Amino acid sequence: MARQRYIQAINQVLLDEMERDKNIILFGEDVELAIFGDTREVFARFGPERVYNTPICENSLTGMAVGAAAAGRRVILHLMFGNFIYTGMDAIAHQMAKLRMMTGGQMNLPITVIAGYGGGRSLAAQHSDTPYPTLMNIGGVNVVTPATPADAKGLLTTAIRGNNPTFFLEASGRGGDSGEVPEGDYLVPFGKAAVAHEGQDVTICAIGTMVRPALKAARDLEKLGISAEVIDPRTLVPFDEDGIAASVSKTGRLVLVDEAKDRCGAASYIAGLMADRCFHALKAPIKRVTVPNVSMPYAGNAESAIFPNPEKIVAAVLSIVSADQKSFA
Amino acid sequence: MSQLSNVDEAKRAEWMELYERMLLIRRAEERLGKEAQAGNLPGGVHLYIGQEASGVGVCSVLEDTDFITSTHRGHGHFLAKGGDLKAMFAELWGKRTGICKGMGGSMHVADVSKGILGANGIVGGGIAIAAGAAMGIKVAGEKKVAVCLFGDGAANQGVLMESLNMSAVWSFPVIWVLENNGLSEFTITRKVTAGEFTDRARAVGLPTITVDGNDVLAVQAAMKEAVDRAKSGGGSTFIETLTYRIRGHLEAEDAFLGGYSYRTQDEIDVWKAPDKDPILRFAARLIQEGAATAEELEELDAQVIGQVDEAVRYALDSEDADPELVFDITFSGQRA
Ligand SMILES: Cc1ncc(C[n+]2csc(CCOP(=O)(O)OP(=O)(O)O)c2C)c(N)n1
Repeated sequence: MARQRYIQAINQVLLDEMERDKNIILFGEDVELAIFGDTREVFARFGPERVYNTPICENSLTGMAVGAAAAGRRVILHLMFGNFIYTGMDAIAHQMAKLRMMTGGQMNLPITVIAGYGGGRSLAAQHSDTPYPTLMNIGGVNVVTPATPADAKGLLTTAIRGNNPTFFLEASGRGGDSGEVPEGDYLVPFGKAAVAHEGQDVTICAIGTMVRPALKAARDLEKLGISAEVIDPRTLVPFDEDGIAASVSKTGRLVLVDEAKDRCGAASYIAGLMADRCFHALKAPIKRVTVPNVSMPYAGNAESAIFPNPEKIVAAVLSIVSADQKSFA
Repeated sequence: MSQLSNVDEAKRAEWMELYERMLLIRRAEERLGKEAQAGNLPGGVHLYIGQEASGVGVCSVLEDTDFITSTHRGHGHFLAKGGDLKAMFAELWGKRTGICKGMGGSMHVADVSKGILGANGIVGGGIAIAAGAAMGIKVAGEKKVAVCLFGDGAANQGVLMESLNMSAVWSFPVIWVLENNGLSEFTITRKVTAGEFTDRARAVGLPTITVDGNDVLAVQAAMKEAVDRAKSGGGSTFIETLTYRIRGHLEAEDAFLGGYSYRTQDEIDVWKAPDKDPILRFAARLIQEGAATAEELEELDAQVIGQVDEAVRYALDSEDADPELVFDITFSGQRA
């Protein structure tokens, strides 16, 4: 184990994997000087044959990722902000997600798309979206949302070595978070949730950026005598139904915390799955702490008013479990 | 006023207005830069310093009824097109008196009553909007233009070729103003661009003008030609203004660069020199032509700085944004 910052862990994987597999190419806007720091030194070490610092043209970049993969390369595409997934959406939805199926499985598309998502920093509506529900709904691309430096390393390595298009969504603004990261080869399998904090009374299923406030909420709840289990799905496609269901079956209560908008969000999807899977184990309605169905306003007070936070998570938990209720459970 | 003036009073007044507008943008943004560096402004702040002659020259021949679309670097465009300084500052401070009520911030300043369809956080986002606005004008048979201000980075978005094509096919009253500062964030645009941007416009048969973007009168003259053409039914023109971004891509750029750099201080200094800086250049011209004295310009500067201070006070004294507003204004006549 070694302590690493989130963005450092990602940077190290990119350098290591490109060293390990000469078939990997990487491209994207400003990857040379690395505006997020995650692609630092990649161009200096492997470019310009394998690393392309591109013009601004997301709709071509996503299509090119498909083409380069079809031609046999292993592709890493950096799209910078998660919002620019929208500007590159055509080839994502129409080619990346569909080509393998439409061709009867003739081609593999080993593509890792990296983008930073999320709000909370007054970057306003066009730089604050959490676009994974859109990606989940396309069907045909994997979606991973690492919350810790270790998971960033393990999930990115799995994504790059895998044979399917995968969106590796970085928690924006969390690049400086540090944590213990396993040294050497480290892969986190897709579709395997992680229990970030064990508990008995309620399951808090938190996605990506929301794991940290969920852990804070769990600590606050502990002081109130409520034992919350925080579970992090880590990957949304594929999704660890069994893992979440096991936790919900144990606690009988579920609060979902998701930075995406509520309507057709990841939380809504998981709520549907768990209502189905755990109906008889549930002692209370499933609650969701999400962002309302509006875009992120700029002003800090307006943004934080609609942003999930530990207080809102605690309130959601208290709405379905109180210390008293617990004894009847 | 100097006795030895080479210019008549009307011209003098017009030139002073151009100068004052450029100076207002400069002083306002210098202040914003300071406030951003001190951590007093939320979000990302992209300054237009060094490019003032481009936006001011362009907007000087436009009416409030003409449209512009702008970019993430939009404060200069906003002020050049007649946007209110106080309302802009209040916006950047996230206040309800802001021009967008604190909902948009630096990257989204807009004043539709002044034809400012908005700064835009999506690079190239204004291009098709401008084409569409021109389509709207044309359909209604109005005597207006839509002006698309965009950067050299944005010029590599495919939407530009698509919109250029349509603007040529249907003679839309749209003026393409490529503000070529040579930089796209931390990338030197030349390194990722083949050929000349103006050739892309020529390929669809549009007239093009390349102009010194740091010479406000040259920009104005080019723009006048383009506006006359568009308003008399002659269709679209593509103007390239050659200029330079003096500040970082955004304030606090160093934090993103982590010790690396994409240009030298020498290069920046060249563009800050009196023969390049658009404001110093025009000041020298005003004095040389006898349109103003150095003292008059200093007085004006003090006045402008006073205006900026007042705008900061206004922003600070204003009430925070209304957190409920987002639910009321996302849709018209429908709560989100
Ligand atoms: C669609 C999209 N892609 C990428 C970005 C990130 N980005 C913001 S500004 C910028 C460079 C733009 O360069 P240019 O158009 O020349 O404008 P300048 O910054 O020089 O004014 C980039 C890549 C973005 N905001 N939107």
